Amino acid sequence: MADLRHSIESIAGCRVSVQRAGAGQPLLYLHGPRGAGRWLPFMEALSRNFELIVPEHPGFGLSETPEWLDNIGDVAYFYLDFIEGLGLDQVHLVGASLGGWVAAELAVRDQSSLATLTLVAAAGIHVPGVQKGDIFLWSAQELARNLFYDQKLAEAMLAEQPNQEELDIQVKNRLTTAKLAWQPRLYNVHLAKWLHRITLPTLILWGAEDRLIPPQYGPAFHDLIPNSRLEILPDCGHLPQVEKMTEFATSVTRFLQGVRS
Amino acid sequence: MKFFFVHLMPYADLDLSYTEKYNSAWVTLPNSYYDPVKGHSLYNRYLDELEYADELGFDGICVNEHHQNAYGLMPTPGVTAGALARRTKRAKIAVLGRALPLLNNPLTVAEEYAMIDNITGGRLVAGFVRGIGAEYHASGANPAESHERFHEAHDLILRAWTEPGPFPFYGKYYQLNYVNTWPRPYQQPHPPVWIPSQGSRETIEWASAPSRRYTYLQTFSPLAALAKYMDMYKEEAAKQGYEATPEQLGWSVPAYVADTDEQAYREAKPHIENLANKFLRMPLEMLLPPGYLSLQSMKGVMSAKGTITGGPQTIDDLLKKGMFLCGSPETLGQQIEQYQRQIGFGYLLPMLQFATLPHDLTKRNLELFARTVVPTLRHLGEAPAHAGAVT
Repeated sequence: MADLRHSIESIAGCRVSVQRAGAGQPLLYLHGPRGAGRWLPFMEALSRNFELIVPEHPGFGLSETPEWLDNIGDVAYFYLDFIEGLGLDQVHLVGASLGGWVAAELAVRDQSSLATLTLVAAAGIHVPGVQKGDIFLWSAQELARNLFYDQKLAEAMLAEQPNQEELDIQVKNRLTTAKLAWQPRLYNVHLAKWLHRITLPTLILWGAEDRLIPPQYGPAFHDLIPNSRLEILPDCGHLPQVEKMTEFATSVTRFLQGVRS
Repeated sequence: MKFFFVHLMPYADLDLSYTEKYNSAWVTLPNSYYDPVKGHSLYNRYLDELEYADELGFDGICVNEHHQNAYGLMPTPGVTAGALARRTKRAKIAVLGRALPLLNNPLTVAEEYAMIDNITGGRLVAGFVRGIGAEYHASGANPAESHERFHEAHDLILRAWTEPGPFPFYGKYYQLNYVNTWPRPYQQPHPPVWIPSQGSRETIEWASAPSRRYTYLQTFSPLAALAKYMDMYKEEAAKQGYEATPEQLGWSVPAYVADTDEQAYREAKPHIENLANKFLRMPLEMLLPPGYLSLQSMKGVMSAKGTITGGPQTIDDLLKKGMFLCGSPETLGQQIEQYQRQIGFGYLLPMLQFATLPHDLTKRNLELFARTVVPTLRHLGEAPAHAGAVT
């Protein structure tokens, strides 16, 4: 991560924290409820083939919480401004969990600056009869256990000793997640109606053992987005980018390069 | 000083072994634990107890709102208040309170309160709360909007009561072309507003503003917190250029009185411990959903996490913290007098039934409190409260 660059960008009156590394076609990664404060191995892997751009959403991490931030649509419009403001084009948009929801909302609104869309265990829709996990009622124990298939990873997460600044950021991230996703829980009643508008090559990735957004949601997105393919990763929970880092990076890179060539 | 009897209407027949299977008496405890036949008896028993308090001369009787739990069976407190409206003759009826952020249309509360106020000829005390954290899990209301919704709903209700209708209202959360509440409240300009709280600077600043001067109630809190927040209210009032009166300060606390200290302790022990350990039981995530507290307060709570969710509490823990008043009439009289002189509240709201406390003990508790404790304390709190910052 020799070339990891950190900057503060002012977009739509909001100062957001952005990490960047690598060169090539831009890959914009939109994080989930736990933020993107740390540079993780999967980011390092993706930055070998792309210019990886990892902002922290408004209301998360080191980014400001703007007055206008009320709902997921606000975040989607913000990222349209962000793409425009940074002069990005032919963007590979990759979103995980809450970030996947933002990515889908964005693509439904305007996909003209995007090359591809990748949804990783994305929130945003509701499948009748398939209950999502309750991230707001789970204890720290339950959250860790339910996020991972490999319980060694859960134990590692529980063993972490965050410092005061990290604890404060956790509280802030949780608040913004609630603001965006409390009710309806982790979805927008109206999104599914318009997902057919997404004509981009789309990859949908899911962990077969996801206990937060169960794997039935993968086929549901696949049915709603015309030009999409679905990959289910075995022995994997809600965070394929962490739990199956190598497979994740390989799948995404292969998909994006396949589209480019 | 004035005395208001608080009833939560708990599901006293709760199978207390539920804790072997469930971590809370709220939201996720299956309602198969509730037996409507027993519920029928309990509701009528509790209404009898509230009506009896009116006969015994309590200045007021209090009901409140909680959802999906065994702790308090009044999801719609207007029903209880309505039942009491005709059967009681003297006591104020305080609804403490309706949880405003949970509502899609706050005017329903303006209407409900105005009806009670009209039926009783002005005996209503209008309580407004945000509800405890669990209500946000139960109702789906977004806790991140809790403060803003509370303020907007409050403003709408007060305008509906005091401004000639119809008028339009366009807020961030509530939009109405026609605000034109029928009936208008009996009390003019509007019923007294009370704000029950566990304590926060934001709430106190808001409640004490000169345009409101609402009665602030500290509920089921350690004595230290009571003193702190009452002083804060007085300081805020002084800052705003006026002196807070005792009528602006109230303390809600479970209380039990018997002939001797020893008897009171022995009789109350299992029931007060059930209140703390069985009926109030819930995990931190349920109690404090994100946004329920301000970001700053929540950061403080998370840093001190271990101390807040601490293990089971005994009667001694509660007595030591001043969260429970228990003893002979003399002991209670002396304690309350001492606290009143130190802290300056003008309303005492004893919760004389709690958790599993049975009817016979509740009835005696009410009688002894009304006949032996109240008379010795009546004279207190009739002068202005002194601001801690000034003295």
